[in-house]
Amino acid sequence: MNTNSNTYTIVYASVIVVIVAFLLAFVATALKPTQDINVAVDKKQQILASLNERGMAKSDVETKYAELVKLDPIYNEKAEVAQAGDKEGEKGQKDQEAFKVANKDITAANRPLYICEKDGETIYVVPVKGAGLWGGISGYVALKADCETVYGTYFTHESETAGLGARITEEWFQTSFNNKKIFGEDKTKVILSVLKKGKTVDGVGPDNFVDAVTGATLTSNGVNDMIQKCLQDYIDIFEKIKK
Amino acid sequence: MGKLFSKENGEVFMRPLNLDNPVTVQILGICSALAVTSQLKPAVVMGLSVTVITAFSNVIISLIRKTIPMRIRIIIQLVVVAALVTIVSNILKAYVYDVSVQLSVYVGLIITNCILMGRLEAFAMSNGPWESFLDGVGNGLGYAIVLVIVGFVRELLGFGTIFGFQIIPQSFYTENGGYYMNNGMMTMPAMALILLGCVIWVHRSINKEEKK
Repeated sequence: MNTNSNTYTIVYASVIVVIVAFLLAFVATALKPTQDINVAVDKKQQILASLNERGMAKSDVETKYAELVKLDPIYNEKAEVAQAGDKEGEKGQKDQEAFKVANKDITAANRPLYICEKDGETIYVVPVKGAGLWGGISGYVALKADCETVYGTYFTHESETAGLGARITEEWFQTSFNNKKIFGEDKTKVILSVLKKGKTVDGVGPDNFVDAVTGATLTSNGVNDMIQKCLQDYIDIFEKIKK
Repeated sequence: MGKLFSKENGEVFMRPLNLDNPVTVQILGICSALAVTSQLKPAVVMGLSVTVITAFSNVIISLIRKTIPMRIRIIIQLVVVAALVTIVSNILKAYVYDVSVQLSVYVGLIITNCILMGRLEAFAMSNGPWESFLDGVGNGLGYAIVLVIVGFVRELLGFGTIFGFQIIPQSFYTENGGYYMNNGMMTMPAMALILLGCVIWVHRSINKEEKK
């Protein structure tokens, strides 16, 4: 048989492509549920980290999440509750509504919020996203019931420089936000900042900033802008829910 | 069975591990060797993934080598490799999620790893499936060994850990009153390149006589 004829080549290529397509479709479908669980557990771990629950085993994540997160409502552009967030998953965990909103789908009309309770205290967790030096950065900021004091934070990144910008994922940086205030005198403008050592900004008091990561000015600025912008976007909601 | 493990076949398997190592002698697959070796675990997973993919794509190409139209052989090789890489990447995402996040794009980039295309063109297209399998495993492991050596040194000096376990005692660190600090340079790709250079240097000076 002439394996170099045009007909043979075209038929051969088509057959190979069809076989490979079926194979890949099969593998992707078969493994999808397991992959989705991994992604969900990872997201829950991030939310829990912002509640200062770090370093737990993967198997404990679901239980802890179910214990701490009480509601996951979605707010619309008028700061009204669009979805109550009281639907329960299989194990009683609230991961059916706001939890299902991917970071890239967050808009003014589609704002997820996690209402949590830890040690008798109500805590609100706000997802934040922004840009670092090389790629996207994202995370969660947990606020106490007054919607002003930071309870905890968690940040992750796509491709910041290892040893410099990537240090925003380290615990010391994230916990340095704890008990800081997001507002200064003016309660309508978020001023919580990440500042280079020695730098001061008017109106930003000692309670309103944390130290930047040494050698990672642009990533630190990215975290600064991300927090200010994303929390500012939630101010109307804070007005309604704060106690 | 005698034929399966003959001297020539042994040679096919052993050569890429040492004398014909794809990384240190042929200088192939350097990009991923630099990118994924900052810690030992991703280095091991990457090494194993490349081994599995090289071995099976070698076997598949060897099995169908007589039917492949010459004009589109590279495309067919790419399709086979891409399919295997996608499968491996899906399996990693499902069963070792944190490692797959660390490896990020580099699993997908195995498709363009020169070791694979090189072995397919140079070996699998003209040899039987069993020899091709040995050649694939040999080359994959040859690549993996180098990754593990570099990953070992980088994790030990950069983080003070091996496989995530603390090796250098906490009391040695300056913050606990000791005189030791992790070398942040080790976590950067630049140091991987320098370490790789050292590995190649050592490897070549050991093999100087045999080469002549």
